[in-house]
Amino acid sequence: MSTAVVQTRRLGRRYGARWALRDCSLCLPAGGVIGLVGPNGAGKTTLLRLAVGALRPSAGVITVLGRAVTGRPASLAAVGFVAQDKPLYPGFTVAEMLRFGARLNPRWDDALARDRLAGLGIPLGQRAGRLSGGQRAQMALALALGKRPQLLLLDEPAASLDPLARRQFFQTLMEAAATGQMTVLLSSHLLDDLDRSCDYLVLLSASRVQLAGPTEELIAAHRALAGPADRVPAIEVQHTIVSAEANGRLARLLVRLGRRPIHDPAWTVREVTLEELVLAYMSHPGTSQPTQPNLEAVQ
Amino acid sequence: MNFEVDPRSGLPTYLQLVQQVRHALRLGLLQPGDQLPTAREVVAKLAINPNTVHKAYRELERDGLVGVRPGQGTFVERSLTGPGYASLGRLRQKLAAWLAEAKAAGLDEEDIEALFRAAVRQAAGQEGVA
Repeated sequence: MSTAVVQTRRLGRRYGARWALRDCSLCLPAGGVIGLVGPNGAGKTTLLRLAVGALRPSAGVITVLGRAVTGRPASLAAVGFVAQDKPLYPGFTVAEMLRFGARLNPRWDDALARDRLAGLGIPLGQRAGRLSGGQRAQMALALALGKRPQLLLLDEPAASLDPLARRQFFQTLMEAAATGQMTVLLSSHLLDDLDRSCDYLVLLSASRVQLAGPTEELIAAHRALAGPADRVPAIEVQHTIVSAEANGRLARLLVRLGRRPIHDPAWTVREVTLEELVLAYMSHPGTSQPTQPNLEAVQ
Repeated sequence: MNFEVDPRSGLPTYLQLVQQVRHALRLGLLQPGDQLPTAREVVAKLAINPNTVHKAYRELERDGLVGVRPGQGTFVERSLTGPGYASLGRLRQKLAAWLAEAKAAGLDEEDIEALFRAAVRQAAGQEGVA
């Protein structure tokens, strides 16, 4: 987890007067599965499209696998991308698309792609337009994995799938990630999927990075508290309140821990789940990480 | 070894895997020489992050329970059915008798669990002091 697969510095992209992504500085580690979360319109797709060179930045810089992103084929040879709408050619058969993949990608692994599709029971003679939603997603994934990418980007890969197809999709994806040769960066708003699959999390909100870091460290740095509302100010001195909800005398807080632990016995303290953490930040877009230790290399 | 993940357990996934191995070792379902599934096999079934499996196996390795044989996989090195195993049956019988007594005294399951947890915590606390 030492080298960066994607590095951005004050990256921004503007559509007219509106910034779709702004001031985005990230240093994403190699070798894991990185989850990109955030509400619709937060800039997730924009960031992914910038990473594959489908968009040019309006500000800042982005490097992928150590190279500037140009959108030229050479800079993309080691990058796989499964776009949100999983574009396949509806009139092409599965076999024809595999031949297409082989022709376009110098590192193409035909046996791998064919095995994967056979394992899923997807017939080679089937036309793409007649595949089910789950099969289409698996087909797009098989094509992306066939080029043996060092970095695989997926934009909301499972959003439209039923629970079984979603599970099968993630099984395939995680098995591919287990080879250790590939970093996965996927955007999703399905927190369940991310909780199981991601070891690094980036939360985008209102076009900016709100939170980024190894999932376990983020969880460990936060606590959920319940206690007397009149003692909230004392908590606020030592810790950062991410979200607060007061109901009469009872206050429920989600805090980012300061240097000292919480000793006041009036507070019930427990660990947070990834879902609670993400929801707390999402519903308070003004709060963000004060220092991002993982960004030191960038700054 | 068949792992499962309970998303509602509140326990981190890697710890769930560690506990399942320890549990199987205690019950004698896993024994020295048995091979654990590869990380790839586990993630292909559970759809979890591969690093989660690596982390669980590292923890088990650090405790000396499993060892990695290069090129072969991860194998059980030590069992957890040590000297205490012989007395398991006897302890279980005593516990059953205690449970019957508690029920007769009018305690329901929740009372019993609370009492048991408190006793475990108390015992742990006393050990810590001694």
